[in-house]
Amino acid sequence: MTARRATLAGHTYEFPSLVEVMAKATPARSGDVLAGCAATSEAERVAAQTVLADLPLTTFLDEQVVGYEEDDVTRLVLDTLDAEALAPVRSHTVGEFRDWLLARAAAADETAISGLARGLTPEMVAAVSKLMRNADLVAVGRRARVVTGLRSTIGLPGRLASRLQPNHPTDDAVGVTASLLDGLLHGSGDAVIGINPATDSPAQTIALLELIDAVISRYEIPTQSCVLAHVTTTLRALEQGAPVDLVFQSVAGTQGGNEGFGVTLDLLTEARTAALELKRGTVGNNVTYFETGQGSALSAGAHLGVGGAPVDQQTLECRAYGVARHYDPLLVNTVVGFIGPEYLYDAKQVIRAGLEDHFCGKLLGLPMGVDVCYTNHTDVDPDDTDTLTLLLGAAGCSFVIAVPGSDDVMLHYQSLSFQDVLTARQVLDLRPAPEFEAWLQKMDLVDDAGRVRELTADAPQARALLAAAR
Amino acid sequence: MTDAFDVLRSATRARVALGRAGDGLPTGRLLEFRAAHAAARDAVHSPLDVARVTSDLAATGLDVLAVASAAPDRATYLQRPDLGRRLAEGTELPGGEHDLALVVADGLSPRAVEEHAAGTVAAVLERLAGWSVAPLVVATQARVALGDPVGEALGARIVVVLIGERPGLSSADSLGLYLTFGPRTGRADSERNCISNVRPPHGLGYAQAADTLAGLLLASRELGASGVVLKDEGMALPPGAG
Repeated sequence: MTARRATLAGHTYEFPSLVEVMAKATPARSGDVLAGCAATSEAERVAAQTVLADLPLTTFLDEQVVGYEEDDVTRLVLDTLDAEALAPVRSHTVGEFRDWLLARAAAADETAISGLARGLTPEMVAAVSKLMRNADLVAVGRRARVVTGLRSTIGLPGRLASRLQPNHPTDDAVGVTASLLDGLLHGSGDAVIGINPATDSPAQTIALLELIDAVISRYEIPTQSCVLAHVTTTLRALEQGAPVDLVFQSVAGTQGGNEGFGVTLDLLTEARTAALELKRGTVGNNVTYFETGQGSALSAGAHLGVGGAPVDQQTLECRAYGVARHYDPLLVNTVVGFIGPEYLYDAKQVIRAGLEDHFCGKLLGLPMGVDVCYTNHTDVDPDDTDTLTLLLGAAGCSFVIAVPGSDDVMLHYQSLSFQDVLTARQVLDLRPAPEFEAWLQKMDLVDDAGRVRELTADAPQARALLAAAR
Repeated sequence: MTDAFDVLRSATRARVALGRAGDGLPTGRLLEFRAAHAAARDAVHSPLDVARVTSDLAATGLDVLAVASAAPDRATYLQRPDLGRRLAEGTELPGGEHDLALVVADGLSPRAVEEHAAGTVAAVLERLAGWSVAPLVVATQARVALGDPVGEALGARIVVVLIGERPGLSSADSLGLYLTFGPRTGRADSERNCISNVRPPHGLGYAQAADTLAGLLLASRELGASGVVLKDEGMALPPGAG
């Protein structure tokens, strides 16, 4: 390990390790200050970026941020890497890699950009993102094509899907159904109808899965359900024959972080295998769903890398994508504003992180969505979530999350509303997943121009759906 | 007037069937949302009226002391939870031997403390005849774990922190109670028990919360422990609460 240095305005900055170069090159955020790894001045940040730009991409093959011997995420990534996929950019520095990506994006060369995924390590992707401006993240992100499917197709050009999240503080069936129907009436739910259960038990999970499955079956909706219980709970539900479309789990970028979530890589393999056996797909076979978020490893105290140095939260987030991609997910989303101001303090940091997460996930081959959200002690409001949503729409984000009126009455945070999704689709000329769009047409919930109708309660289409609420 | 959308509205507290203006929210619904968010934001950022809370608590007849955490201001407090768990440098508290210390902490909703702390403390003390209770402590820029060094310094066997919870969109004044046996710096969240959402008339009432807490206190004193071992009688600590 050699020290790397850069001189800016006569001052020489030295970075003793790769971990420090990565951390100090990261755009400012509170979580890195909390971890004690952030740049101590703006000049030091740019000096670190200058050093990073000159590092060969192969540095990340030879030198680890989190050790190979002590961390199974590092081993998973390196042991499954596709050397051929990296070939087009293997000789580049990180800075040259950025330039290459921007050139391919400008040429709309989706094949070249998307073809790299299995050859890239999370650290390579994190590194190049640290050099990029927000518009770079948008421009390249929209040319990284990742298409997945189960009963609807996610990630096609010109589409923006949404997860309908009908949470209820007590998992009350009538309450969940009300939010679910409200979402369907607003054209939401093409990515998944996914509930965060108030109680993590097999019985509750099965009850909610059966509830969603009944609505999906009754109206023949081309989408999938998910109850976001712990993977061990979903395994129990699978054993009992529950209609499990997707296995869900929160994942982190270190072995310790995943232990904090109570999961191992083997457990995820076991759950995926069990879900695949049900063969519930019609247009594809992607049966996993993962959530991530910058700061999760630090909050579990599992954020240290080589030499015991704290790794920055954005690099660790990319490593979580290195976990997720191993399981061919249908959906992955970062929950970008949920974790709190000690990790992402304000709108500037949340918007930046949302764009980074989308870009990095896509470049690594993930069907990346974003929960555009905030808590009330973070300095973010709906004007800021509008900004991030429209930027993500421009970036080709696979899906966003929507709850009634932006207010999640179970998790006590604010995500997007169904109206926000309609607005993003209208402004950016985006459409729902094709199978779901056809269903909306069949149900006469959209007009000839594809716009979701604003229905009165006695309209026949509304009455047909609302029958499920009784 | 009742229509089919009222079936949805009556089924959940979620903001269903809001209607639309184009693809956006109608103005009335937009302003309702802003009002709720404004109340939550103000609850986070309005500083605790320490004089008022101290005077309210003095009605118990106990001495009331004020302390601050090592977080010098709100912005630092929000970004550095570690500082909110430590006492400001030079803080001195009178040592002693007590069964219980009660710490009233601003947390993420000073408003919850102003509205509900004194009432809750009075109801708790009524149920603890024969307990020796340390001077009451009002703590600012405080996290739950600040109760550990405070309880330790006061010489209390058990500390209960009454703290303003993170405001929700429709609940800006919710108080949480956290019980820790054997308070000392470094206690894990799994060693605490929590009673959440004290917020009459919408949430838990003072008497109800005090009944539950008194039960937990007796069991904790009996067992010589708190946290998951008491889980059956109280609620487990929600993640991230510390």
